[in-house]
Amino acid sequence: MIVGEQKPFDEIWEMVKDHKQLTVFGCNTCVAVCHQGGNKEAEILASLLKMRVTQEDVDIEIVNGGIERQCEHEFFDSAKALIEKSEAVLSLACGIGVQFMAMKYNTIPIYPALNTTFLGDVIEKGHYTEKCQACGDCVLGITGGVCPVSRCCKRLFNGPCGGSANGKCEISKDLDCAWQLVIDRLEALGKLDDYEKVTPIKDWSKDRAGGPRSFKLEDF
Amino acid sequence: MELKTESKLEKVLKSGQLAVTSECGPPRSADPQGIIKKGNMIKDHVDSINITDNQTSVTRLCSLAACVHLKQLGLDPVLQMVVRDRNRIALQSDLLGAASFGINNVLCLSGDHQSFGDNPQSQNVFDLDSMQLVQTVRMMRDEGKFISGDEIKVPPKFFVGAAANPFADPFKIRVPRLAKKVACGAEFIQTQCIYNIPKFEKWMEGVRERGLHEKVYILAGITPMRSLGMAKYLRRAVPGMDVPDELIDRLAGVDKNKQADEGIKFSIETIQRLKEVKGVAGFHVMAIEWEEKVPEIVEESGLYPRPVIE
Repeated sequence: MIVGEQKPFDEIWEMVKDHKQLTVFGCNTCVAVCHQGGNKEAEILASLLKMRVTQEDVDIEIVNGGIERQCEHEFFDSAKALIEKSEAVLSLACGIGVQFMAMKYNTIPIYPALNTTFLGDVIEKGHYTEKCQACGDCVLGITGGVCPVSRCCKRLFNGPCGGSANGKCEISKDLDCAWQLVIDRLEALGKLDDYEKVTPIKDWSKDRAGGPRSFKLEDF
Repeated sequence: MELKTESKLEKVLKSGQLAVTSECGPPRSADPQGIIKKGNMIKDHVDSINITDNQTSVTRLCSLAACVHLKQLGLDPVLQMVVRDRNRIALQSDLLGAASFGINNVLCLSGDHQSFGDNPQSQNVFDLDSMQLVQTVRMMRDEGKFISGDEIKVPPKFFVGAAANPFADPFKIRVPRLAKKVACGAEFIQTQCIYNIPKFEKWMEGVRERGLHEKVYILAGITPMRSLGMAKYLRRAVPGMDVPDELIDRLAGVDKNKQADEGIKFSIETIQRLKEVKGVAGFHVMAIEWEEKVPEIVEESGLYPRPVIE
């Protein structure tokens, strides 16, 4: 899923403080799982903004709302009226949702309340870790199901580098060395000999490097 | 043995004599005098001199330009190239540029992560990894082709090296990892600084078991400790560096003003012991910002005079 983290409150305030009306709008799927952007978090953020409005003695009407997904047209039906009468929207969606809404409502400013951080999992309650960078050419089949693109800080395809120590990465003792994990997993699968197969030079044109990506199903 | 390049290092190694290389770090300025001075200081005691490539991710005068300065002194530089900062276009381009100046050796490295350096906010590239860079240099030389498959009319002729760190984890893949680099085309290896000699010897045992010492020239990495503080720092702060307790105790056991001498002594002893290890083809003496000590270490280890290569 997509993981995001709320921006510092002061940064949010600086973006929105000159409006007279603001709708704080949650997205209740991915970013709700990480407790940063769901409809409940939108309600809490709206309350904090209302307190700031009182403290600063300014005149901003703040309401909140939300939908299940800000990245698909059909989910917007229930919120059409709310958004159309908004002067500005503070979206708690990921960057995709913010852009989708900005495209739908061309004359309404849409501000991001979150920094979209990564594609990750819920490794334990309240703990999210990056697992994919959408490189467009998955190699998990040859790396024992551990992604070197997102989990090795040098995205090495033939690692580990010389900085792997005690299973940890050279950049942080809190970060697992992805290649240690690859090797452990290959060993568990009885495929450690595969380690010596050289992974060829990657085609990064399928990644961000090749420009914005899309695909279209012809049957629809 | 057939020579592939004009490299002095290749000639010494293929003559069957122990090779000696060293390294110099370029300055953080546009003044080349430091590198020229370092080169002159050690030139009679080593066969070839590595120039580091923005080591520890700190911005410095580029390796290629520093190599050109050494080349102009008539020395045989080893161009270190990390894949951290340049994509395949820039790497191949710099290889052509280096070859155009008669630089004959390249050492292919990943590079330290940028978070260690002066620009932790920078983007990193890692378009290729170090093994793929080894493959690239070999393909350019042997097949006369770029990665794209396009022909190179005058291919660059590099003697191709890579690094090995027998002390990084997991230990069980450190020999297979060397085998992989050899399969990619590495012709010489310069190792991480060796302080844990038994572990290095164990690694070499694995290397010999697979006959890798007959396929690649292994230069053992030697870095003299200047002080107890340096030893403790390397142990604490440099991942993949193995500094055993015995060495710490040994340095702690002498007066502070004698620790540097003790560090040099340890390096000389290490070289003398490793000379006897089958498969060690030479030594890479990295006296970090202490290049003036290289001649003494080389002489005291019995590696001087250096062979004269026509």
